[in-house]
Amino acid sequence: MFCQECGQKPATLHFTKIVNGEKTEFHICESCAREKGEGIPGAPNSFSIHSLLSGLLDFEQLGGSGIVGIKQPTLQCAECGLTYTQFSKIGRFGCSSCYQAFESKLDPLLKRVHSSTVHSGKIPKRSGGQIQCKREIEQLRRDLQDKIDQEEFESAAQLRDRIRELERKISDM
Amino acid sequence: MTKHRFSQHALSDWMKDTGPESEIVISSRVRVARNLRHLPFPLLATNQQSKDVMDQLTEVSQSGKLQSIGSFETIVLSDLSELDRRVLVEKHLISPNLANDSRCGAVILSDNESVSIMINEEDHLRIQCLYPGFQIQEAWALASGIDDIFEEFADYAFDEKRGYLTTCPTNVGTGIRASVMMHLPALVLTSQINRILSAVTQVGLAVRGLYGEGSEALGNLFQVSNQITLGQSENEIIENLYGVARQIIEHEKAARKRLMHDSRLRTEDRVKRSYGILAHAQIMDSKESAQRLSDVRLGADLGILPDVTPQMLNELLVMTQPGFLQQTFDEKMSPDQRDFRRAELIRNQLRVEKGHGGA
Repeated sequence: MFCQECGQKPATLHFTKIVNGEKTEFHICESCAREKGEGIPGAPNSFSIHSLLSGLLDFEQLGGSGIVGIKQPTLQCAECGLTYTQFSKIGRFGCSSCYQAFESKLDPLLKRVHSSTVHSGKIPKRSGGQIQCKREIEQLRRDLQDKIDQEEFESAAQLRDRIRELERKISDM
Repeated sequence: MTKHRFSQHALSDWMKDTGPESEIVISSRVRVARNLRHLPFPLLATNQQSKDVMDQLTEVSQSGKLQSIGSFETIVLSDLSELDRRVLVEKHLISPNLANDSRCGAVILSDNESVSIMINEEDHLRIQCLYPGFQIQEAWALASGIDDIFEEFADYAFDEKRGYLTTCPTNVGTGIRASVMMHLPALVLTSQINRILSAVTQVGLAVRGLYGEGSEALGNLFQVSNQITLGQSENEIIENLYGVARQIIEHEKAARKRLMHDSRLRTEDRVKRSYGILAHAQIMDSKESAQRLSDVRLGADLGILPDVTPQMLNELLVMTQPGFLQQTFDEKMSPDQRDFRRAELIRNQLRVEKGHGGA
């Protein structure tokens, strides 16, 4: 099938538009689709990750807020002024403080996107010293429990000393 | 108009080296997203704030620390012509977003173009490292090192619970997107590709076609990347991607072997037919050229076309893109003119190559 716009190239984009129950079929080639631009679903750049995300966020608002009809006060970031409603439309934060401002709503969203809500990767060296220590302590505590379970008390004692050392380091920071 | 160095050569220097598994993996890439703590993200920043971000971050690039990795050039996007920006996108050195929609956007580019640091893209800072072949760990190591250099000077937006804070919630946490670009013609020819790719998406990775739109993969090039950035460490993310890509490589190798064993004649015919068309056609659209170049690349890998080198094919892949074509011939073209010029350029390249091969 040839493109119905230019009639020269094979049609590679096929879609059906339904407006007020009236069905129109389109068969066009890639170049024409690019020229016609955004009005065409599935055409380049008309569908972004952000529109997909805002779908998730809307869902969250509809399903997650419980009783329908009661309007909850809108959350707003004091730093940049972005409201939660705006965030759920554009799917993007305005500044780093938005994460605090929308904190109460973030867990379900992050779970859906990442199946997790808590960071466990790299920590900035300069500003993250304390966090690094805390995380190391958590890991050491888990190791310590393992050693105790396995009745390896000598290595357990070493781990305990290391934990104390790190705790002292944090209180000095 | 002075032409920038990057727009004169289709093939970045880093692409001239061949990495491990380069018959299947074209390149490995890691991108790290970071933001500055006390300024709004680019989306909501005022012009002055965006300028502050650019000034702060480009200052780091002039510090000796970054220069110890290599020599870098800072390019302000607004100083470039539209065509130059398009060429940078086609070489994957900047994103379309930075080229078209950024305010006070800039890119800090290493000499061999393997490192490109984008400023005021969706996030304040995006560090991207590209390696030839299958070297995803190496790409992460370099990106992480550059990240450390910036962190010495810049106050990052970092939260103990959520990690590195990003404009888009899909990047929060580690802020890394690691990807490998793979050429998988045999899996496509043997109709195994959909099964494998749908399995890949079930383990938290995403697959998309390169240059193509939507799910269509032009030239059998697929980019496999991590989706999840929160809850896994960078090493887990990299290892997960490495493990899955390794399996895809093995499947592609097995499929190539089977092709040569079960349908050698058919495969040779396909490869040589495409070579013949590329060597003689007068009109070549981007879709056909991508498919034919894929056939020829497969032929080169299988030893059917010994004169053709992967480097030349990598080069053609970029050279035949619309922006680069217009840059090469120094004229604005309609799609029809491009198809004509593209055919001419490919014919010339293949002829040159043959000449060098002493045939």
